Amino acid sequence: MTKMHVKLNVNGADVEGQAEPRTLLIHFLRETLGITGPHIGCETSHCGACTVDMNGKSVKSCTVFVGQANGAEITTVEGLVNDDGSLGVIQEMFREHHGLQCGFCTPGMITRAHRLLQENPNPTEDEVRFGISGNLCRCTGYQNIVKAIMAAAAQMNASKEAAE
Amino acid sequence: MNDQTMTPQERAAGLKGMGTSRKRVEDVRFTQGKGNYVDDIKMDGMLFGDFVRSPYAHARVTSINAEEALKVPGVAAVITAKDLEPLGLHWMPTLAGDKQMVLADGKVLFQGQEVAFVIGTDRYAVADGVAAVEVDYEELPVVTDPFKALEPDAPVLREDLAGQTEGAHGPRRHHNHIFTWEVGDKDATEKVLAEADVVAEEMVYYHRTHPVPLETCGCVASMDKVTGKLTVWGTFQAPHAVRTVASLISGIAEHNIRIISPDIGGGFGNKVGVYPGYICSIVASIVTGKPVKWVENRMDNLMSTAFARDYWMKGRISAAKDGKITGLWCHTTADHGGFDACADPTKFPAGFMSICTGSYDIPVAYLGVDGVYTNKAPGGVAYRCSFRVTEAAYFIERMIEVLAIKLGMDAAELRRINFIKPDQFPYQSALGWEYDSGDYHTAWDKALNAVGYADLRAEQAQRLEDFKAGKTRKLIGIGLTHFTEIVGAGPVKNCDILGLGMFDSCEIRIHPTGSAIARLGTISQGQGHATTFAQIIASEIGIPADDITLEEGDTDTAPYGLGTYGSRSTPVAGAATAMAARKIRAKAQMIAAYLLEVHDDDVEFDVDRFAVKGAPERFKTMKEIAFASYNQAIPGLEPGLEAVSYYDPPNMTFPFGAYICVMEFDVDTGEHEVRSFYALDDCGTRINPMIIEGQVHGGATEGYAIAMGQEIAYDQMGNHKTATLMDFFVPTAWETPSYTTDHTVTPSPHHPIGAKGVGESPNVGSVPCFSNAVHDAFRPFGLMQSHMPHDQWRIWKIANDLGLHG
Repeated sequence: MTKMHVKLNVNGADVEGQAEPRTLLIHFLRETLGITGPHIGCETSHCGACTVDMNGKSVKSCTVFVGQANGAEITTVEGLVNDDGSLGVIQEMFREHHGLQCGFCTPGMITRAHRLLQENPNPTEDEVRFGISGNLCRCTGYQNIVKAIMAAAAQMNASKEAAE
Repeated sequence: MNDQTMTPQERAAGLKGMGTSRKRVEDVRFTQGKGNYVDDIKMDGMLFGDFVRSPYAHARVTSINAEEALKVPGVAAVITAKDLEPLGLHWMPTLAGDKQMVLADGKVLFQGQEVAFVIGTDRYAVADGVAAVEVDYEELPVVTDPFKALEPDAPVLREDLAGQTEGAHGPRRHHNHIFTWEVGDKDATEKVLAEADVVAEEMVYYHRTHPVPLETCGCVASMDKVTGKLTVWGTFQAPHAVRTVASLISGIAEHNIRIISPDIGGGFGNKVGVYPGYICSIVASIVTGKPVKWVENRMDNLMSTAFARDYWMKGRISAAKDGKITGLWCHTTADHGGFDACADPTKFPAGFMSICTGSYDIPVAYLGVDGVYTNKAPGGVAYRCSFRVTEAAYFIERMIEVLAIKLGMDAAELRRINFIKPDQFPYQSALGWEYDSGDYHTAWDKALNAVGYADLRAEQAQRLEDFKAGKTRKLIGIGLTHFTEIVGAGPVKNCDILGLGMFDSCEIRIHPTGSAIARLGTISQGQGHATTFAQIIASEIGIPADDITLEEGDTDTAPYGLGTYGSRSTPVAGAATAMAARKIRAKAQMIAAYLLEVHDDDVEFDVDRFAVKGAPERFKTMKEIAFASYNQAIPGLEPGLEAVSYYDPPNMTFPFGAYICVMEFDVDTGEHEVRSFYALDDCGTRINPMIIEGQVHGGATEGYAIAMGQEIAYDQMGNHKTATLMDFFVPTAWETPSYTTDHTVTPSPHHPIGAKGVGESPNVGSVPCFSNAVHDAFRPFGLMQSHMPHDQWRIWKIANDLGLHG
């Protein structure tokens, strides 16, 4: 099959490669670019393990063709660490509050939480639960994930206030 | 470390040992996407493989034509049973003593069965290849009902077993019959039932479901033709057992096989078994000389690997008028699908279903189980369960509720008067187990008080009156469960899988500077072993947990063990860890005594050091002792400081718990709301409370899914109706309730640190808890038993059948 030339900006870096037009974004990220944070859990958009941020929106990269993402700015969980390589605040709160067990849903969950808190910096517990309902977790029962996201929101708001 | 100003308590706190909610060491990798799961493995020249699967539940395969598939660019080969037959690999042994087709050998027995394996350069080429393979089928009559499968004229499913009247577990009495397993005293039980004041009888069905870990099953097989060594990375909950099985069935010497379980994205029993994908990938790598990756997709996963439950449990329970239980009888019809691929210890074809007397002192009992073939997927795995304990707990906790109705008693009180009493432990159950320890009354009272049980019943009664008066359409159900688990398989004398005794192991090496590495025969799938096992070592030998690396899952480096499932890691490998640490401590004591120039008996262990008895200022820290073990010639002692323990547990452990939930049900829509869920667990000594609570949240959520909607369903043609996450219920954060956790601590008397295991308790306990709440809400209207899953439609139907829709 003829291949197309694809250019993306992933986690702040310009990248390019060749891909069949039918290639899914998740496969391009994982197999061509070697960015294996986002995972594949269902291939039908239900589980959210493949969630990445595309042009400021959460997308499930198992149902986005790489051609649709051509030219897009993509952020994956790898891009959410601080500049010094330490864990970003959401990542740190997931660790602090035991918001993960097997870790397989975690990259998608954290990437989704990142976008949720951009959209709604002061979510209620219900808003967090609704906001991550496109991401399935089989281990935690979500209780500590919700706790971690609420704690991350509080921290992000506190540091925003301190900066102002 | 020689600081004498720190108190022993402060020094102990610095170790982050047992009892500490130590943050997980795994999370730094996982939270930034740096886990290493099997699908993350990429090797030069790696090929991909995928299956052509059967669209029929029962059919003859009359021809397979791969001609067009082989023309697809990128497709390297198509493997069928004919190619595997000369190698003797077209069938494989199952863990249950049966055999299973690797690729369809003349016929298929369930929808989704593996028919051919297509190998190619990338997954897209392989998908094209799979679509291009032409298979001709001749449909055969289908049987999906295990009772119909045992009728005289039922279709013959396993033609390969024609004429075999003896199976792996005794006589077979019908062509679709696998085994009969009986425990207890049938005659005595039937006599008690016949003479009893009150007898309750019910058919309790625990429906077919699936563990559905978020990561599906997969592997990368790589045969190095130069060294002759086969390496397989895969989603293996029991890597050593896989190595031995792979050696036995392939003929490759065991030392030339290396099995590696990388990070595993949840297991829940799904990843215990050996699947055709593993065998085909290995063969494909041997044939092509290249690494071959196979990773199933979600539909493959739900259709072909590892269903759970599917037990039809007919029960009779008898009691005196005062509620004292006198006997329990159970006959189970177990639907095993097309092959018996259950993952149970060899001598237990129905697992530990014989724990079905539960938390109660029942003087006489009988259990009979018949295993049956049907046109469904094989499996019968322990989905977050210690081999059919979930079924047993559901059965007894439903029977108790039904008995309470017959007696006109409160179900909480009925439980209390029948609990095994604290002074009866160790308790011999009527079905042959020796319960190690328990204090059920204390746990039960604590739970009832915590939820305000009497007030809840009053509120429920008021709601019922309001409902009858037309003021509300919502009913309240109070779900009660007191479960007893049996975990930690198990003693080698009666627990083995394919002849491999179910001991487990730990090897600890202390480095010269006092840090350490420990390797175990288990493998974490999210349980946090790297965090918790280091805590055991920290407390046992006084090295900070942060200074201990923990490794599992590589059969070339880890000591032999039977893996992680059945809540066995803490009871068995955790015990091995403590025992290995104690061997090190014993040697450290001798080294310390030598360095302090006193007799061995004149020093004592003190948190992180050995000190001279009566002179605590004279001591050697574990760091100093470690260094001395490497740089001093100590008379009578070998250099170095390391130990290995292979631990054969003397008995199983018996964790227990008291769960109570409150639910509301809309009679007209069938919708439910979980108002509260209280979970008290007693898992003996607690190693890491944070992780225990996380396990309870997760296990209870799995239980919520199973009880309230999750189901593997087939139609009469054997079509799989729930093969995607659209149809197979996995709750999101939106539906999932919050849990209140609590605990009591009754240590196991035979476990070195008193720990019992907890991973599976919440799945075992929560399913009957949710289900009992549904039944409890409709008890005033005459509901005795309604099968799970209690989805919206089924709850609506309960109300409708009871005439509540006017």
